[in-house]
Amino acid sequence: MARRYDSRTTIFSPEGKLYQVEYAMEAISHAGTVLGLLAKDGVVLAAEKKVTGKLLDLSATKEGGYGGSGEKVFLLSSNVITGLAGWTADANSLVNFARNAAQQHLLAYDEDIPVELLAQRLCDMKQGYTQFGGLRPFGVSLLYAGYDPQYQFQLYRSDPSGNYSGWKATCIGANNGTAQSLLKQEYKDDIEVKDAIGLALRTMSKTMDSTTLGSEKLEFAVLTLDPVTKKPKAKIYRPAEIDALLEKEGLAKKDEDTEMKAA
Amino acid sequence: METSFAITGKGYVIVAADTTAARSIVKMKTDEDKIKTLSEHLVMAYSGEPGDTLQFAEYVSRNIRLYAIRNLYALRPAAAAAWIRRALATSLRSRKPYSVNLLLGGYDETEHAPKLYWVDYLGTMDEVPFAAHGYGSYFALSLLDRYHDPSASLEEGLATLKRCIDEVSKRLVVSPGTYKVKIVDKDGVREVEL
Repeated sequence: MARRYDSRTTIFSPEGKLYQVEYAMEAISHAGTVLGLLAKDGVVLAAEKKVTGKLLDLSATKEGGYGGSGEKVFLLSSNVITGLAGWTADANSLVNFARNAAQQHLLAYDEDIPVELLAQRLCDMKQGYTQFGGLRPFGVSLLYAGYDPQYQFQLYRSDPSGNYSGWKATCIGANNGTAQSLLKQEYKDDIEVKDAIGLALRTMSKTMDSTTLGSEKLEFAVLTLDPVTKKPKAKIYRPAEIDALLEKEGLAKKDEDTEMKAA
Repeated sequence: METSFAITGKGYVIVAADTTAARSIVKMKTDEDKIKTLSEHLVMAYSGEPGDTLQFAEYVSRNIRLYAIRNLYALRPAAAAAWIRRALATSLRSRKPYSVNLLLGGYDETEHAPKLYWVDYLGTMDEVPFAAHGYGSYFALSLLDRYHDPSASLEEGLATLKRCIDEVSKRLVVSPGTYKVKIVDKDGVREVEL
């Protein structure tokens, strides 16, 4: 039955479903996990990288750019960072659109775009792709971590249907159900960034397939307020910084070679 | 001739504009309100070419209202001023530009501070502690240099405004008779009698 109604995005099935949109969401539930945590004094994003391998050239992510490997975590505007789960190529196009929308707002109003407005801009476009003919929906879910003076720190999540919602802690991608139930148990309303970082990393280590965490599988970012300028400051961690952070939280993988030598 | 003043103080901004509508050498009306309330915490005093002023003020006020309805909260004064300035700058580069000068007074609820912007028809904009447009500005600005106090109470602020109005009445050949005065603070916009 489904087959008659799933070839086009724009046609409802007799059960009232849009199959292409549901397939897109299914694709995302296999993607690398992205987890967001809203704290009192900032927002934390952690993401699992799926594309790894010895031959992958990661030299650019170690030194160049503003941090991040260009796969999961991006800077959208000086006050918003995003974590993406789903089709990377679709995601790149959405990131480009979001950056454009943010700069258009800055040009028109001389202020950083409010976080919810940026989420709305992207979701308006995502919704359009579920309604107008001949196109497939974006196979991407996003977490938006941002700051604006009206509502301070915020965390939003959007999916391929164009729905978005605000969260205190949430997760998209593979195993997001497990991660969310863990977060539900552990999250406290007055959590601070320094504790949220630990909680995010611990939750990631429990939900990821691999037993040990390392910078080659993990991306990490924090948005806080600069204590001097009181402006939002996004920090996307570099591989060495992620390893140092894992070391500090006691989650770093044990190097078997050194243990062998020690023994 | 058209004159408008604005003064910031401790937690408030006062905006005043004359109430004369003139055509050539004739006073057509003496109770014209040239200060439009754009949102709960933002007012705009406009002067310039009659017709242009009202048309532009209505265009601005409706766009600012639209933003507030779409986004559930109004633009902050700084963002509204930037948008209005751009509207004038775009208009200046069209076939028939708006000839409108503005004073934008507002209260920023996130910063808890009064804000005042001086804008002219060329798309110039600046945030200022006090401002004036029209012939009255030639008399008022030096007075305000001397008497303006950013930490003045509302009574002191209104007294300073009174000084400006009196000076203009005394020295300007074509001085306006009456003024409308509006105050913006944390409680919103209200009109006062001098």
